[in-house]
Amino acid sequence: MPDMLDFSSVSTQPQSSRLRIDDEDETVHSSGVQQFPLPQVQDIDSFEKDVMEYVKPKHGTTTLGFIFKHGVIIAVDSRASMGSYISSQTVKKVIEINPYLLGTMAGGAADCQFWQRNLGQQCRLYELNNGKRITVGAASKLLANVMFSYKGYGLSMGTMVAGYDPSGPALYYVDSDGQRTKGQIFSVGSGSLYAYGVLDAGYKWDMEIEDAIELGRRSIYHATFRDAVSGGTVSVYHVAQDGWKKVRGDDVGALHYELYPNREAHPCHGSDPI
Amino acid sequence: MAHAAYQLATSTHAANASYAGPKAHPSWSPYDNNGGTCVAVAGDDYCIVAASTRMSTGFSILTRDSSMVLKLSDKVMLVSSGFQADARTLHKVIQQRWIQYQFAHRRPMSVGAMAQLLGNTLYYKRFFPYYTFNLCAGLDEEGKGAVYSYDAIGSHERSGYSVQGSGKDLIQPVLDNQLKAASPLVLPPQNWMSSLPLDMAVDLVKDAFVSAGERDIYTGDAVEIYVMTKEGTKREVMPLKKD
Repeated sequence: MPDMLDFSSVSTQPQSSRLRIDDEDETVHSSGVQQFPLPQVQDIDSFEKDVMEYVKPKHGTTTLGFIFKHGVIIAVDSRASMGSYISSQTVKKVIEINPYLLGTMAGGAADCQFWQRNLGQQCRLYELNNGKRITVGAASKLLANVMFSYKGYGLSMGTMVAGYDPSGPALYYVDSDGQRTKGQIFSVGSGSLYAYGVLDAGYKWDMEIEDAIELGRRSIYHATFRDAVSGGTVSVYHVAQDGWKKVRGDDVGALHYELYPNREAHPCHGSDPI
Repeated sequence: MAHAAYQLATSTHAANASYAGPKAHPSWSPYDNNGGTCVAVAGDDYCIVAASTRMSTGFSILTRDSSMVLKLSDKVMLVSSGFQADARTLHKVIQQRWIQYQFAHRRPMSVGAMAQLLGNTLYYKRFFPYYTFNLCAGLDEEGKGAVYSYDAIGSHERSGYSVQGSGKDLIQPVLDNQLKAASPLVLPPQNWMSSLPLDMAVDLVKDAFVSAGERDIYTGDAVEIYVMTKEGTKREVMPLKKD
């Protein structure tokens, strides 16, 4: 039995330096460092393109997040599709990294799930090493660094890292290109344009918590209405000083009648005055 | 290493000039789809796993009695449709990890742990995936049925029932109609598993396979059905049409 805990599976060194270590020292292999075997082909880009055509990983999403006076609101849908087939209506697109940190999921489901779980492990190790919680900025940078190190490998991930740290609420956008941006309002995914429309129109800094929750929920609802690959249930999270809390979970079908009890009031049922 | 055959390319991009390993033929295509359908249904105190036994390539039937199921114990099972060469390799890797876990932890793996391990195993081949579509099914620590469904690169989710493989488009909507319960995401929480009695669930699965066999060329010959309960696992084979 090893006399040390094996944290090698959480290793997320940049790919290039990891390869260098492999070349120098064969024992790194046996320590179980997670490495991703590549196909032995000349044109890896077109191979990966063909593979994705074959495999059709789960895709499609609307997610949003915004900071306001009373913290951060995160709202997401729950649909996953493979091509035109809806493969799940119950995907959990908010990943609960720890009681103060949330990640959202857009793009490839496997890429998001795996790397955000990995981020959770890294954040926990940071806590154990430093005796204090990781800041949102640092956590998002850990993820962005991993994404940058796999740049060009065809990962697909558009995520928001949201949370509360000693400096207040924070929201970062991180994607698989390695981009990392701090911001007040973000929406990510195929339905993000529709969500932005509702969100920007209704956003005010000094909203009450209930109004902010409602705005997030309504924005996702309207995105599911116009975007075919968004749908399922709308989940809303609120992050404040004492951590995150899931505040809403509504089936879009039921939400339709809740938001528009009067049929005529819905944008698709306007009656002709003439 | 389990995958010594797929050595990591020495450069970040295999296309780089420094790449010296064996080179693949330009039209090299490592994948095929052998068809087949698998279904898993979880109940309050049981779990059903069913898989068709026909293996095909294109319009040809290769064999009529090939199993896609890996039975790890009376509480954990794995079914893989898609490319059977990859499925067999995956089963070998998983079986090995299952045994290693028992030596390391002195207890059998739970379905939950198996589900996570399978997800990681699939993701480990992110850039050269196992072309397999898996279900991990069994009984959880409370004795409740558990079904986890996957995509080829390891994203997974627990659900009350799931279908994978060539007959997915035909069977999944039928099970949705008969078994769909509230989403596990709604607040306040509602029961997200429908609790059909075992005999009715088995009949439903059988009917689903008979119907899929009528319209899916890759589903036929026979379906093997495993029923896991706290008393143990029962296996049954139901013949399907052979045309």
